[in-house]
Amino acid sequence: MFYREAGDFKTSYVDDGQTFPIKFDRYRYYFVLFVAFAMVPLLINDYWVNAIFLPFLIYSIAAIGLNILVGYCGQVSLGTGGFMAVGAYACYKFMTGLDIWIGGVQYALPPINIFFSVILAGLVTAVVGVLFGLPSLRIKGFYLAVATLAAQFFLVWLFNKWAWAYNYSASGQINAPEREIFGVAITGPNTEAWASYLFCLVIAAITAVIARNLTRGASGRKWMAIRDMDIAAEIIGVNPLKAKLSAFAVSSFYIGIAGALFFAVYLGAVEVGEAFGIQKSFIVLFMVIIGGLGSIFGSFAGAAFLVLLPVLLKLMLADSTDTITGFSTVMSWIFLLAFAAAVVMLVINVIRTRSLIAGSGVGWIFASIAAFMAYALTIGGMGWPTDIVAHLQLVIVGALIIIFLVAEPHGIAQLWRVAKEKLRLWPFPH
Amino acid sequence: MNDMSTEGYTTEDGRKIGGTLMEMKNITLSFGGVKAITDISFDIKEGEIRAIIGPNGAGKSSMLNVISGFYIPQEGEVWYKGEKRAQMKPYEVARLGIARTFQNIALFDGMSVLDNVMTGRLNHMTTGLFAQGLWKGKAEREEVENRERAEKIIDFLEIQAIRKTPVARLPYGLKKRVELARALAAEPSLLLLDEPMAGMNVEEKEDMSRFILDVNDEFGTTIALIEHDMGVVMDLSDRVVVMDYGKKIGDGTPDEVRNNQDVIDAYLGVSHD
Repeated sequence: MFYREAGDFKTSYVDDGQTFPIKFDRYRYYFVLFVAFAMVPLLINDYWVNAIFLPFLIYSIAAIGLNILVGYCGQVSLGTGGFMAVGAYACYKFMTGLDIWIGGVQYALPPINIFFSVILAGLVTAVVGVLFGLPSLRIKGFYLAVATLAAQFFLVWLFNKWAWAYNYSASGQINAPEREIFGVAITGPNTEAWASYLFCLVIAAITAVIARNLTRGASGRKWMAIRDMDIAAEIIGVNPLKAKLSAFAVSSFYIGIAGALFFAVYLGAVEVGEAFGIQKSFIVLFMVIIGGLGSIFGSFAGAAFLVLLPVLLKLMLADSTDTITGFSTVMSWIFLLAFAAAVVMLVINVIRTRSLIAGSGVGWIFASIAAFMAYALTIGGMGWPTDIVAHLQLVIVGALIIIFLVAEPHGIAQLWRVAKEKLRLWPFPH
Repeated sequence: MNDMSTEGYTTEDGRKIGGTLMEMKNITLSFGGVKAITDISFDIKEGEIRAIIGPNGAGKSSMLNVISGFYIPQEGEVWYKGEKRAQMKPYEVARLGIARTFQNIALFDGMSVLDNVMTGRLNHMTTGLFAQGLWKGKAEREEVENRERAEKIIDFLEIQAIRKTPVARLPYGLKKRVELARALAAEPSLLLLDEPMAGMNVEEKEDMSRFILDVNDEFGTTIALIEHDMGVVMDLSDRVVVMDYGKKIGDGTPDEVRNNQDVIDAYLGVSHD
């Protein structure tokens, strides 16, 4: 009923090839953009920006980048953290004024505007990415993963040892100085929440649109051809060298931008081993896999899942009345009753079908989880000790990743597609 | 090149066949100590349907792989459009206008039928990465132009209904047809078909035969095909090369080949008493 093509005739190939061919989808997309650009900046405070929006947007850019490489071109990479570090340090050098020594004489550029510093950092990372992508011409799969892992460790080591990269600071850290665009501080301690949010949002939106354009056109087809069957791709005229290296370049460009934003806008101060260690590589890879390989939407969904879930769990389980307020006790009772009802239905279903998931079992499991979450949020958290919650967070996130991959190997993007298919007819049977 | 080899001829059904498009001269290919192809020469003339047949392991697919640049022969020369072809990579061969299909379907499973056919157009798309990122303008124009060409092929092969279907969901016969569409989308001057009818039922074979003849007729595409179904080969092809154990044992019109004693021996066996 909602996602229907009926009556929405396409009379040109341009119309047929657009990103959201279904009207309902298109309006939903405009609505999301409207909310993100016009409403969210008015409502958010420091907590929301730092806990959710900035990491979500920045990880989304990194996930799109990695998805281009892994999801579209089929080349595994574990070097994401290292490439983010390249972006961060390049951005730092550009925004503090790049200095080069040639023949004992120092040449220094003036500091570059933060926006262009971020873009230039992306370009530098693209070059480094191509360099470390060269082995992909000879090796595939696990072997390539190990080769990119070497990039990860090498780059972190490099930025630890190479004093020029951190401007010879005593701590070995890099700190983002205050930088402005149109007189509004984007980096540094005096940045307003909405300013850093809008800056990241603009970059995320532009990069997402560009990624979509690349993947739906000739480049995307070259990458996917290499991914699906490299021999056939070569026979129809795809130069594997160019295709793979362009994927590495574009992917690293995105990851470099994400690294630059992560350092300059989000953290403000970075110690390379801590901020861009191997965990970063893995978490971005998880985002891509959980979100859905070969899907731009999936990159956003995966980033949202891994950024939001820990925050949500913390709000639910720990005492968090200071961040969530305004829900009445009546609501919490309603959700508690709903939770009880869902559990009863689940038990009845188990007795009837002698299986946990047969019949509408999965539905009742989800319903009881949702009701419990709503209940926990409305009473302002369960008030459990924070250290237990911290451990539980890890356990639950880990378990959910496993369950997710078993239940839907193609990620959230696939779930979304299936939901859309179902919504075409719903609520009618056919 | 001598005059004899550039000469065209007229087929039984009255089609005019042009001069030599491709000529293989004394090709020898071996893997380690195993000789896959021994000193084989033959030519493919413009506009004809040329079949390569032979028992299993005769070296037919290896021959096709030599033509498409996938294997590099130890000895011999490949002449194409009157020039000796330098040693080149398969994607460079594709740019010369040689397209092929595979014995085992080699479609891109993660993509839709339309996207698969559009990959055949990649050689005709030259927009740079930057313009593609912007999309509006050059990239979009090029996409639409090539989409029109691809749609013509889709119409021609009657696969409009499955345009947006992921190829992984298609039945075998349709996959073969999509693969042919992908090769045709490149608008090749020479089309290589590696067992286009393998594993098909009679009806599907009839369809495929019709498409092959139509392609040759409408686009004037020169076709070289490997096939095991003798009935199909004898009906479709203008000239046939017969291979056995890496050697050429016959070459000529279907009738000549059918009555060649070596060919009969190779297919039916010969008694050694």
